[in-house]
Amino acid sequence: MSIKQTKSDKVFDICNKLLVWFFIIIISYPLIYIVSASISDPEYVNSGKMWLFPQGITFEGYERVFQNSEIWLGYRNTIFYTLFGTFINLFVTLPMAYALSRQQLVGKKVIMAMLVFTMFFEGGLIPTYLLIRDLGMIDTIWAMVLPNAAAMWNIIVTMTFFKVTIPRGLEEAAEIDGASQIRTFLQIVLPLSAPIIAVMALFYGVGHWNQYFNALIYLQDRELFPLQLFLREILVQQQLTTELMQQSGAVEALSEHARIADIIKYAVMIISAAPLLIVYPFLQRFFLKGVMIGSIKE
Amino acid sequence: MKLNWQLYLLLAPGIIYFLVFKYYPMYGVQIAFKDFRAIDGIFGSAWVGFDHFIRFFDSYYFWDLIKNTLGINLYGLALFPISIIVALALNELRDSKFKKTAQTITYAPHFISIVVFSGMIIAFLDPATGIINNFIQLLGFEPINFMTEPGWFKSIFVWSNEWQNLGWGAIIYLAALAGVDPQLHEAAKIDGATRLQRIWYINIPSILPTIIILLILNMGNMMSIGFEKILLLQNELNLESSQVIQTYVYESGLLHGQYSYSTAVGLFNSVINFLILIFFNRLARRTGTSLW
Repeated sequence: MSIKQTKSDKVFDICNKLLVWFFIIIISYPLIYIVSASISDPEYVNSGKMWLFPQGITFEGYERVFQNSEIWLGYRNTIFYTLFGTFINLFVTLPMAYALSRQQLVGKKVIMAMLVFTMFFEGGLIPTYLLIRDLGMIDTIWAMVLPNAAAMWNIIVTMTFFKVTIPRGLEEAAEIDGASQIRTFLQIVLPLSAPIIAVMALFYGVGHWNQYFNALIYLQDRELFPLQLFLREILVQQQLTTELMQQSGAVEALSEHARIADIIKYAVMIISAAPLLIVYPFLQRFFLKGVMIGSIKE
Repeated sequence: MKLNWQLYLLLAPGIIYFLVFKYYPMYGVQIAFKDFRAIDGIFGSAWVGFDHFIRFFDSYYFWDLIKNTLGINLYGLALFPISIIVALALNELRDSKFKKTAQTITYAPHFISIVVFSGMIIAFLDPATGIINNFIQLLGFEPINFMTEPGWFKSIFVWSNEWQNLGWGAIIYLAALAGVDPQLHEAAKIDGATRLQRIWYINIPSILPTIIILLILNMGNMMSIGFEKILLLQNELNLESSQVIQTYVYESGLLHGQYSYSTAVGLFNSVINFLILIFFNRLARRTGTSLW
């Protein structure tokens, strides 16, 4: 900075830093708390004696969760839905966004208007449910990956990326060399688009990982449940599955069930949220890029 | 030009998706005006006109649903300046390492699933074992049963949303702030403007178009935001302030099988949403910034 800081600027700097620290503490405290609570004796947690650092360290919560076959089942299903679902998302989103980003596409305006309309008006929950039912997708993996095969917002972001980064000259040159548009897209455009592919894979992937509502309405078969549905039972409905009950030894007192409920509660939160929270700081720049491209106005 | 058909081929999977999963349900919306019976199908069921709508408007819970739906969403909307403040504050940080750390931390909650997050809320607010009630008791007050007292529901829902999204919501403003011409700031500095004055007269006006666009988009979702989380936090005891139109559609449609009736309720919701969007977009056009 070429110009000296005035006194009021210094005061401002300090106040501003305090404000940012305030936000940091508000955000991080609950996160630190659940990490600490997950490895603390529930007695300390419940009585409020554990308020920041773990007390009476125990890994019983994690042990019980890892012994639980339904959590593993949910985990496996979620990983599958995330990978398969994201693949379908990319398969739909990338070609569509590319075609829409090309000027020579006749009828582009009409198509875009029809697509954007779906962002603001929808058939609603029941007609969509009836459609899925009539298609015979209830209790199949398709109900988890097809109804959200594309999101209009992501298509717009991808389209903007193609428009900005793939110059028209490039494909004209390819055309002169005799490459078809599909070949141009596959062999020239896609290799140049690694950043947007990463961004989209992450956006869609996080969506699949955290998805619960479609599973709730379309799945009854527990074998197909994603992790989030099992978590809902444990965390929100606070039902211990029969399996967890049995682990505690059939006829033990109600208080023992309550203790187990408490001890696994924070461990399952960590187990579900950890993969994303650990990976995300390294991928942060991709997420940011996605939001930034989205904010470019045509 | 002769090869243009290949572009349409690239478009095809997407078009099929939107026709099947977005437009077909719009065709299915006609059951709101019919008595849907599975045997007759969507097309074959008998017309009943506006019967379902009239039943909904006349129902004793109609005004409660409207009140809760609007109440929760307006309350949430009132907090939108928080993300702007976060963005402005982060933007003023000079220590770029600290700035980056602060960003990483404030964005993090966005990645927690709503199921886990709802579990966190329920655990923290538990009257006997939750940290918040432990603290309240430490101060010598009676514990509060937050989840079962209807009066608390809206605040819990709205403020927890804010906690989860205040950082993520700031990203888009930060992007807009990064585009502010540094020369404006240099000129203002020479004129002796303080940092606060520069924020007020340069930064905020620069991001105003972004603020307006986001506000319109939020208005357009006015009546449907966050119902999946509401559903998770809902229980029998707080229902009188937590039942919103969309959760009601879920309950009466999917749990009780009243397909036509709940489609009508959902359609009412969608139409209101759409009208609000158009209205505010019109309004915004006067400022020179609008969606279309």
